[in-house]
Amino acid sequence: MDFATLIQILDSTVRLATPLLFACLAGLFSERAGVFDIGLEGKMLIAAFASGAVAAVTGSVWLGLCAGMLGSLMLAAVHGLASITFRGNQLISGVAINFLASGITVLLAQSWFGQGGRTPPLAGAARFQPVNLPFAGQVADVPVIGPVYAELISGHTILVYVAAACVPLTWWLLFRTRFGLRLRAVGENPAAVDTAGVSVIGIRFAAVAICGLLCGLAGAYLATGLAAGFGKEMTAGRGFIALAALIFAKWRPWHALGACLLFGLLEAVGNRYQNIDLGFAVLPVQFMQALPYILTVVILAGFVGKAIPPRAGGEPYVKER
Amino acid sequence: MDRMPKWADVLLVPAISLVLAFAISSVVILLIGENPWAAMKLMVTGALGSTYGWGYTLYYATNFMFTGLAVSVAFHAGLFNIGGEGQATLGGLGVALVCLFLPWPHWSLALAAAVLAAAMFGALWAAVPAWLQAKRGSHIVITTIMFNFIAAALLNYVLVNLLRPVGSMDPASARFAPEMRLPRLGEIVNGLGLPFAKGTPANVTFLIAVAACFAVWLLIWRTRLGYQIRAFGKSEKAAVYAGISPVRITMYAMLISGGLAGLMATNQVMGEAQRLLLNSVEGAGFIGIAVALMGRSHPFGVFLAAILFGFLYQGGAELALWTKIPRELITVIQALVILFTGALDNMVRRPVESLFLIARKGAR
Repeated sequence: MDFATLIQILDSTVRLATPLLFACLAGLFSERAGVFDIGLEGKMLIAAFASGAVAAVTGSVWLGLCAGMLGSLMLAAVHGLASITFRGNQLISGVAINFLASGITVLLAQSWFGQGGRTPPLAGAARFQPVNLPFAGQVADVPVIGPVYAELISGHTILVYVAAACVPLTWWLLFRTRFGLRLRAVGENPAAVDTAGVSVIGIRFAAVAICGLLCGLAGAYLATGLAAGFGKEMTAGRGFIALAALIFAKWRPWHALGACLLFGLLEAVGNRYQNIDLGFAVLPVQFMQALPYILTVVILAGFVGKAIPPRAGGEPYVKER
Repeated sequence: MDRMPKWADVLLVPAISLVLAFAISSVVILLIGENPWAAMKLMVTGALGSTYGWGYTLYYATNFMFTGLAVSVAFHAGLFNIGGEGQATLGGLGVALVCLFLPWPHWSLALAAAVLAAAMFGALWAAVPAWLQAKRGSHIVITTIMFNFIAAALLNYVLVNLLRPVGSMDPASARFAPEMRLPRLGEIVNGLGLPFAKGTPANVTFLIAVAACFAVWLLIWRTRLGYQIRAFGKSEKAAVYAGISPVRITMYAMLISGGLAGLMATNQVMGEAQRLLLNSVEGAGFIGIAVALMGRSHPFGVFLAAILFGFLYQGGAELALWTKIPRELITVIQALVILFTGALDNMVRRPVESLFLIARKGAR
């Protein structure tokens, strides 16, 4: 493999890791607050549809982004209502949200645009355009550093940089602010937080709302950044990969970045090479596709370090009387 | 403690949830500019108005009975098996291997072997997440989701690289021998001298599904293992104190659950397609969740809910054929049923409970 190929693969790694990272951080907020969320996929999907549809109609990618975040937020509200207010089963609620998004997006796309469940292709101001960082053109010819800066670091859409910025921001918010302390405490021991006079319900709803907004960014990036428009089932299991990355990262922001880059790399390699010849064995492309899931099972089984979820995760909080 | 009568819990609450799901679906139909009442009538006549429609309805219902029972058995043990999809995928592989590589003189023998293989492969695919949950404490929901994806990749590999006939571009296995064709329900009913449309995919597997409903009822309410499964599901701590081994119950419940999900493939692969296709499960594993929730995890409830979902499926196909409403409407209805009967159960239940409380006070 030559240097140029390597740069290309890493470049697509960054692109493919971005939606994973948004969704993974989304799950991080929700699950750290004790609300399991397997509905990441559905929220991304509805955001992808809403942003694609609104961008196609208005021609403005920013309005599309807002619509995507709003759509995702609405599903987040349903999840919050079911799992916080009505103390329903969070896993079942997540499953329902995934189906709801999967059905309603195709239903609306088909009846609004009549193009087999897609939105019209987006172009120009209806898509996020690559951002060229300063001096990218000038240093492009410098060996090694030039391509790395000009192709790998520069030239992505704005949302890629937003995703990258979200990692330190999430870390700071969770581990350096009072809100973050309370959010983590609500996921570990809600009764203690309640005793301290802080609203468990309020914090959980806030976490679920942040989760919705981040999933909205993930979906909007898929439809208006990575692709040019919404397509049926376009999230293609990314919500579940993000969930896998979250477990891989053991619910920590910086590790989430690492896990998402790793899974992005696997996807990039799998897209580029059909079968990988290791000399003694050939890895089929299907194996590469399944690898993130296999790795997650291995991590979950505790064979490579134990992944311990927040202690109050999945449990609705019932105030003691 | 009993705030409302049992019939209200079993019938009234799910019925209200269903009405809510249909009400919201009607709003969606209105939003896309169609008439909900006409759509509803079309669905009913398309799915239940003729023996042809019934043939399809029962064919789909057969799938959903198996996957619904699978989810129910796991529910009884307090386990949420989202892996029906993967288990049924592997079940299909079992059926295909038995039908492709062994010479069977008669369909009945082939069916017996296929049922066995489907259940075994499905159980095997559920065994790993079960073992990981029981022994290593990894969350069964997450592992079964992961196993769905791994199963899809595995089947893709097997079909593309191993089972695909030479020269075929289609990722599917070869056709099974004609002796392996299962008798269709239409042929059986016609044989009894009654009229029933031929050419619908409902087949003898439907009877196996009904038998499975009865067998699960026997297992859960009439055997020691069933008692242990229910006790474990109600309270793990109490069950352990009573000498019930969590590892054993988790394994048994998930093996049975996976086996039932795997059986679904007999209906689709052997009863209908006569070959193994890439996406033969078609979401039935997930619909099982809605069926189990709707049927309150009782085999008879599952039977009724499976027929309801069979009706929805066939009615939805008719809608997609005759109107501009895509068949994804069914996914929306299914999602709403899961949401209202599963996650928002308390939203429906609490008002009903307080109504009964008021009524009871008034009676005194």
